[in-house]
Parts: sequence; structure tokens; C-alpha cells
Amino acid sequence: MTDQIAVLAPDKPRGLFGDAWHALRSRPLFWVSTSLILLVVLMAVFPSLFTAADPGLAQLSRSRQPPSSDAWFGFDNQGYDIYARVIHGARASIVVGVLATAGVVVLGSTIGILAGFYGRWLDAVVSRIADIFVGVPFVLGAIVILTTLNASGGAGPVRIVAQVVLSLVVLSWPVSMRIMRSTAIAAKQQDYVKAARALGASPRRIIFKHMLPNCVAPVLVYSTIALGAFIGVEATLSYLGIGLRQPVVSWGVMINSAKDYLRVAPHALLFPAGFLTATVLAFVMLGDAVREALDPKLR
Amino acid sequence: MTALLEVEDLHVEFRTRDGVARVLNGVSYHVDAGETLAVLGESGSGKSVTAQTVMGILDTPPAHVTKGSVRFRGEDLLTAKPERRREVRAEGIAMIFQDALSALNPVFTVGFQIEEQLRLRRGMSRSEARARAVELLDLVRIPHARQRVREYPHQFSGGMRQRAMIAMSLALDPEVLIADEPTTALDVTVQAQIMDLLAEIQRERHMGLVLITHDLGVVAEVADRIVVMYAGRIVEQSDALSLFRSPGHPYTAALMKSLPRLDDKGAALDTIKGLPPSLLRIPPGCPFHPRCPRAEDVCSAEVPAPARLGLGRTSACHFAAEVLNG
Amino acid sequence: MAELLEVQDLVKHFPVTRGVLFKRAIGQVRAVDGVSFTLSAGETLGVVGESGCGKSTLAQVLMLLEPPTSGSARFEGEPMFAMRGSALRALRRNMQIVLQDPYTSLNPRMTVGDIVGEPFEIHPEAAPKGSRTTRVRELLDVVGLNPEHINRYPHQFSGGQRQRIGIARALALRPKVIVCDEPVSALDVSIQAQVMNLLRDLQSEFGLAYVFIAHDLSVVRHLSDRVAVMYLGKIVEIGTEEEIYQHPTHPYTQALLSAVPVADPALRGQRDVIRLTGDVPSPIDPPSGCRFRTRCWKARDVCAEEEPALVDRGGHLSACHFAEERSVVP
Ligand SMILES: Nc1ncnc2c1ncn2[C@@H]1O[C@H](COP(=O)(O)OP(=O)(O)OP(=O)(O)O)[C@@H](O)[C@H]1O
Ligand SMILES: Nc1ncnc2c1ncn2[C@@H]1O[C@H](COP(=O)(O)OP(=O)(O)O)[C@@H](O)[C@H]1O
Ligand code: SF4
Ligand code: SF4
Ligand SMILES: [Mg+2]
Ligand SMILES: [Mg+2]
Repeated sequence: MTDQIAVLAPDKPRGLFGDAWHALRSRPLFWVSTSLILLVVLMAVFPSLFTAADPGLAQLSRSRQPPSSDAWFGFDNQGYDIYARVIHGARASIVVGVLATAGVVVLGSTIGILAGFYGRWLDAVVSRIADIFVGVPFVLGAIVILTTLNASGGAGPVRIVAQVVLSLVVLSWPVSMRIMRSTAIAAKQQDYVKAARALGASPRRIIFKHMLPNCVAPVLVYSTIALGAFIGVEATLSYLGIGLRQPVVSWGVMINSAKDYLRVAPHALLFPAGFLTATVLAFVMLGDAVREALDPKLR
Repeated sequence: MTALLEVEDLHVEFRTRDGVARVLNGVSYHVDAGETLAVLGESGSGKSVTAQTVMGILDTPPAHVTKGSVRFRGEDLLTAKPERRREVRAEGIAMIFQDALSALNPVFTVGFQIEEQLRLRRGMSRSEARARAVELLDLVRIPHARQRVREYPHQFSGGMRQRAMIAMSLALDPEVLIADEPTTALDVTVQAQIMDLLAEIQRERHMGLVLITHDLGVVAEVADRIVVMYAGRIVEQSDALSLFRSPGHPYTAALMKSLPRLDDKGAALDTIKGLPPSLLRIPPGCPFHPRCPRAEDVCSAEVPAPARLGLGRTSACHFAAEVLNG
Repeated sequence: MAELLEVQDLVKHFPVTRGVLFKRAIGQVRAVDGVSFTLSAGETLGVVGESGCGKSTLAQVLMLLEPPTSGSARFEGEPMFAMRGSALRALRRNMQIVLQDPYTSLNPRMTVGDIVGEPFEIHPEAAPKGSRTTRVRELLDVVGLNPEHINRYPHQFSGGQRQRIGIARALALRPKVIVCDEPVSALDVSIQAQVMNLLRDLQSEFGLAYVFIAHDLSVVRHLSDRVAVMYLGKIVEIGTEEEIYQHPTHPYTQALLSAVPVADPALRGQRDVIRLTGDVPSPIDPPSGCRFRTRCWKARDVCAEEEPALVDRGGHLSACHFAEERSVVP
């Protein structure tokens, strides 16, 4: 198996992402998940496209009204329009998911690639620290961080979001760090890295030119799956009352406030929970599709 | 007389995203009891695919056998019922692979893997099977077989793993042994040991041995007959002595000339220009014509039929006779 | 003039460690264990030996990819291992490497042009005055590739072509020495011959010196002026191509040569056959005295007690107490 592989390869030059895109295009799973994600992103950016109702308007007189033609999803216990809140809630969920993912990927990959490249004591120290973070139960860790940060209470929406993102990043970076570290270690032993070192290439050049482009794929896949997971975690934390909370509107906040009236107003829980599940699923499906597309062995 | 194992006019294609790769285009060979047939060819020429078709371990899809037959003692295995096929293959034909480490299961001891077949197919008890496994490891000259039978594949060196594979393939006393590049991953000194062992076992048991290799030297040392493959075809078929004395196909001749020699430093090597063809786009006519030093117009127009060059010798070249006579 | 490259008592041990948190060394892999040789300009030194005998490790240490455990090496008289800064950069320009695996030695995310042009990016002082692209195209042409393919990716080439790309990259800075670590081992016979001829032509055209590592003895003979035979981290015999192949005196060299199958069925059963038993022992715990004694048919008590020195025994250097010529190549 040496020459025939090349002989079978197509003539048009295509890079990693060109190939992946080619494989993705033919996958229904990819199109379903991206359409869903696009829809949710649209909701987050332009909620007014979907609803004119005010998510902050509480009409106690309409409390727990079931879905009707002028309020598609009905009203919750406080008399908020559930449809309007589901639409407006997408923003907080997406913002938390995207920021936390970006933070985790940037922090984890940077540490991971450095640990993988330099090895020795740096790697040992970083790996042990990561082990400690992995050892902390996630929800417990988040409760500790969030209650400590917010001991005084009364934070504004931006601060609350920032705190939730921070706690997610602090508790999750070791995962992407480990992924990056192990791919970096594998890449470092490749002969092309040896050849570059023999030419006298600087560590910077080796990391950016030779290792990074060959190491991003696994972390990229992880990040799509993580994004979905973080949106779910945001909801969990909010449900527990330690994540986002009023005045921020998010799916988790909605689920939290609906939980006590589940029997009398199930629709108040059903709709935000349905949107949450669909969004998380969409990201996980996308991650799956991307993983298969980036792995030549699975194509 | 029917041959022990006979492959006839085998056509196999792989349907891939980039098109249909015609990997075998009419491969025929046979091996008799007590005979060593060498299948010689460069990588991608279809040696392993032929062997895998014989063994019924080809991945279908993407592979499709579109034509041809594989006969063991006259019985066509490609059309036989699945149970019958499995039985014939388990009892009659065994195969060893190039990469012994990945062919052995890492989570079971070497002994267990040999014993499993004996218990399954021969109904032996645990202790009988263990005793036989030790005998087999002894036979392939693994030192301290009684202890080593309890070890795992990773505890064996490369040469010992290949010996263990051979022991395993001999467990059910096969009549034909197919060895797919059994020594390519090994050092020369170990390769010599393994080739000696294979030759000896083959002689003692009067087995048919199909030795797949790309190494002309190995072929010259052990083969009785040789088939040379190129782009999924048999281009030349001959007994070993005559083939090395005077090759009957330009490809075989060129291959021999491009080999550096152990006994002479030599000047520049003769090379074969270009690359083996893409199996997605095999050149029309003779598949070797873009690289052939003797090619003429007819070569790109007509597929050469195998021409007889004497007893048991054929060459698929329009100018076979001229090539043979220099 | 001094030799181009002089290697003295080179040693490279890798620690074998146990434990995760507190790594402790439980032994040493004696990958290269006291190797000395010289290489003059324009010459090819072949290095042969079985898998694991330290050939690649030797190459890595010579290329300063791994620090040596001890020993010295001089390039044009200057100690290599102490070089820093501009001296080191100059050394990098003068010594290049071609690696074995054509599939992993090229970065799959870079075009051929970027790969062959990278040496100029790293060493702008050695880059051509005019257009780098022109020079890269020239280099591709020199190694027999179509310069039009400059924008293609490695996966679009065959193994032999990729090996040519690797050679072009090594040639870019006009080095004086190229260390070739099994450059043709992964190639098919017909392609192997093309690459060997290329290496030969380049040598005479640019006056290159090669350290040519391979396990195929015929390939090594074809390209080498002198040959070193390695066993378990040591050179056991070294001499001219003629001396090693026609008049070997070390039992290991003789066994190695005798094990090579010869492509001539007429010689079947007529050759002097030496069959070693067993495998190469572990380099973690090599045998005392002569390392070959566990597989040597001539071994006596003295072999376990006293390590044979690599000294002139019958015309060329051989490390055997009972060195004796025996011709095994027909
Ligand atoms: N980084 C390393 N850490 C520990 N041991 C190593 C390392 N690199 C090589 N070794 C060991 O050093 C010995 C020599 O290895 P080396 O790769 O130099 O062999 P080689 O002669 O090139 O073999 P091959 O023919 O298989 O390429 C081997 O036992 C190997 O396992
Ligand atoms: N699973 C597969 N999918 C696609 N092509 C394959 C597959 N297995 C083998 N091939 C192709 O079949 C051809 C012959 O392969 P093989 O018989 O393994 O060659 P060799 O002569 O080296 O043993 C090659 O071109 C190879 O790429
Ligand atoms: S048929 Fe023509 S091209 Fe083919 S091998 Fe013979 S001479 Fe060459
Ligand atoms: S020194 Fe002794 S053991 Fe070593 S090669 Fe010579 S005879 Fe054999
Ligand atoms: Mg094969
Ligand atoms: Mg090596």
C-alpha cells in the first residue's frame, strides 16, 4: 500500500477543510443540524423577527393560560408570554454556549499544545493540574465558584453571564487541553516535524506552521459537541438557581421558574425544554458529522 | 487432474467515491500439493486481494467479485453454500499475514488462540488442545514453548509472532497455506529463519504453499513456480529457473534489472520509467505499455493474450517470443 | 584537510521510566553505545544493521535532534554539540536529513512549494536573491518532478515522488552532508531504483557526502564507498564496500550477508549458509563482553569476559576476538 493511494487520489488540490466540506455536503445530518442551528442563531440575534411581544411584560391576569392563537405557547405562572420568552431566551443560552466554548478551546488548546510540544516538567505540571480539575464534580464545582463569586447577590445580567461562562471555562478546559496535548504529542513525533527541526525551525514556527494545522481537527469536533453541552449545562445551573436568573431571560431560567407549577402549567416547561433539547441535539449531530468528515478513515 | 487450489479468471472491482477501481482483471493460477507457488508483484498489483478472495475475507462492499471462480479440489468456493465454504476454508486452506501483531488478538494468550480452533473444530478438551498447542509452538521452534504458550502476543518479538502465526495456521493441518508477505516486516536474519521453517514444513506436510511477496530474492530461493502480477493481471507465469534465466515479459525483465546486487556494486541501475497505473484508469491495450521499453503501436490498441512459451510458461505480451530470446 | 565529519565515542542512552507521578529510571536503552567514524567530502558511508540496532538514533544525534549522552562530533573540525547561534545555523545549512517514511515526512497541510521553500524561510540569509519560486521550481526539476506541480499537496503524489520532494527540501540549502535514514526502504523495487539513481546523480553533481542508513545490504552496497555494520548500538565492522562484502571478518557481518536471499535460483543450495538462531537481545540489558556472543557460533569464554575492540584485524576494522575472513557472497 504505497503508491496506489496517491494514484487513487483526485487531481484537484483540496486541503483538509476542502475534503471535509466535500464529505459534509452529501450528509443529510449535517444539513438538518445546521438549519436548526441557524434558526436558533437567528432567534438570538434578531428576536424581533420572530415576535413583537415583550418578554418582560408580566400580565398576571393571564397567568398559566394554555397556548392560544395570539400566544402560541401560552403564559406562565407570572403571566409572561412563553413564546416571546423562548425566542428572547435563545440569546443568553447561545451567548453562554459560544463564549464558554471559545474560552475552553482557546485556553485548553494553548496549554495543551505547549504541554505537548515542550513536554518534560511543563507537561507534568499541567497534566497534574488538569487531573485535579477533572476530579472536581462539575456541578459541585460550579456551585462553589458561583456562590463564592456572587456572595453579595444583586449582579447585573452581564455579570451573571460572565460568571457562568467563567465557571464553565474553569471547570472544562482540561478536556480540550488533553485532546490537544495528545494530538500535539503525536504530531511532534511525525517525521515532518523532525525534518523542520533539522532545518533549524524555531519552536514558534513548528507550533504554528506544522503542529497547529494538523492538530485542530479533534478539538474542533469537541468544540461543536461542547457547545451543545454548555447550553445544557447553563440550563442545569439556572434550574438549580445558581446560574443565570432574573432579569436575564434564558431557557434554563424559564425551566427553573416553571418547575414548581409542572402539574398545573406543563406547557411552561415543555416549550423551553423542547427548544433546549433540539438545540443541544443539533450541535451534537453537527459535531458527529464534522468528526466523520474530518476523519479520512470514516469517509 | 484437478489442481489442489485453482483460481480462474478472477475479476474484482472496488466501487469507491472516485470511481470503479478494477483491481483484478482476470487472474488465474493454481497450486498443487507439495508445490510452492510464488506470487510476485509490486504493491497494489492485486496480490493480497486475490488471496483475500480465496479466503473469503474480502470486504464486500466496497469489493465486488464480478467474474471467475476459486476451486478447492474442484469445488467452486464462490458459489458454494456459506457453511460449506467456511468448512472448506477452515479445514483446507490457511493464511498468514505480513503484520503478525495485528493478526493476533492482543487480549488472548497465544496458546488460547491456537487452542480455540482445536476445541471448536476438532472437539478437543482443554488439556488436549493445550498439549497440541505446545507441540505446534515447538514445531515452529519457539523456545520454552511450554511457558510461552501462556504469554500474550505483545510479549513476543516480531520473529516469534510470525512463528506463532505459522503455528496457528498449521493447527488444523491445512492442505494449502497462503503466506501474504510473511517476512516483509522482519530483519534478514529472521526472514531467513522463517523462510527455512516454511520450506521445511511445506516439504514435510506436502502442502501447497502460495507465497506472496515483492522480493525477487525470496522468490528465487524457495519458489517452484512463479506468477508475476501487474495492474491486476498475471503478466508472466513460469517455473522459477527459466524465469530467472530468461524472463519472458518486459516487465519481469525490467524488474530484474532494476534490482541492486549483493555481489557487485555496479553502476547506475536500469529503472522502469513512470509509475504503476491508477486502477481507476488502466491504460488501454497492454497495461504496461506507458512504461514498456519495447512498446509499439499494437500495444496500446490490443490487450495481449497470454502466449505459450513452452511447458507451463506463458507471457501476456505481443512480443513474448522476442523478449524471451533477448 | 581534516575530515568533513569526525565522530568519536558517540553514546546515546534513553532512560526507561516507570511511574506516572514520580518517574524513576529503571534502566537505560543503550541505543548508540560508543560509535566512532569519519566521513570525508563527497563520500558515502553506508550504515547497516538489524532493526533496533541504533541506526536511526545515530542519525538523530548527528542531526542534533536528540542530545548525545556523551561523545563528540566535529564538523569541519569544529565541535558540533557545543555550537550555538550563527555557528549552529550554519551547521544546519550544511547538514540535512532525508527520512524513511514518505507518508509522514511531509506536512500534509503544506503545498509542495511551501515544503521545498521552507528552508529559505528559516534561513533567509541563504535564500536566492531573486524569486524563491523560481528556485523551488528548479529544485523540483533537479529531483525529477514536474515544476508545474508546485501547488499540489503531498497526498497527491506517490511514495517515490514524495521521497523526491523530501530530497528537494534537503538539497535546498546546498548542504555538504545529507543523512539518509532508510530513504528507499518504503518504496517498490521499480521506484527504489529511480530514487537510488537520483541520489547517485545528485552526489556527483553537487559533491555531496552521504551517511546512508538502510537495512537492505544490496542497496547499501550499491551506493556506498565505505560501510559500517552495527549491532546493538555498536559498530562491529567497518571498511570499504569491497572489504565488507567480499572479505568480511566479523561473524555477524558474515551471517547478515549470508541471510540475504540472492535473486538467482541457480545458486540454490550452493551458497555458504549461516543461520543465526534467536533474535537480537534487548538493548536495555545487552550481553556482557561481545554483544553478539548470544547468537555467535564461534563464541568462547573470552567473548563473555572481554569486549573485543574495533581494531584493524586483517586489513580493516573488526570487533571480534576471532576475526577471520569468510567469503559468503557468491
Ligand atoms: N525516544 C526513545 N526512547 C526510548 N528508547 C528509544 C527511543 N528511540 C529509540 N529507542 C530505542 O533505541 C534502540 C535503537 O533504535 P533505532 O530507532 O535507532 O533503531 P534502528 O536501527 O533505526 O532500527 P530500524 O531498522 O527499525 O529503524 C531501540 O531499541 C529503540 O527502541
Ligand atoms: N478496501 C479497499 N478499498 C478500496 N481499494 C482497495 C481496498 N483494498 C485494496 N484496494 C485496492 O486494490 C488494489 C490491490 O491491492 P492489494 O491486493 O492489497 O495489492 P498488493 O499486491 O500490494 O497486495 C490496490 O490498488 C488497493 O488500493
Ligand atoms: S505487449 Fe507491448 S507494451 Fe505490453 S509488455 Fe509487451 S511489448 Fe510491452
Ligand atoms: S568476539 Fe566472540 S562472540 Fe563476539 S563475534 Fe567474535 S567470536 Fe563471536
Ligand atoms: Mg499486499
Ligand atoms: Mg530506523
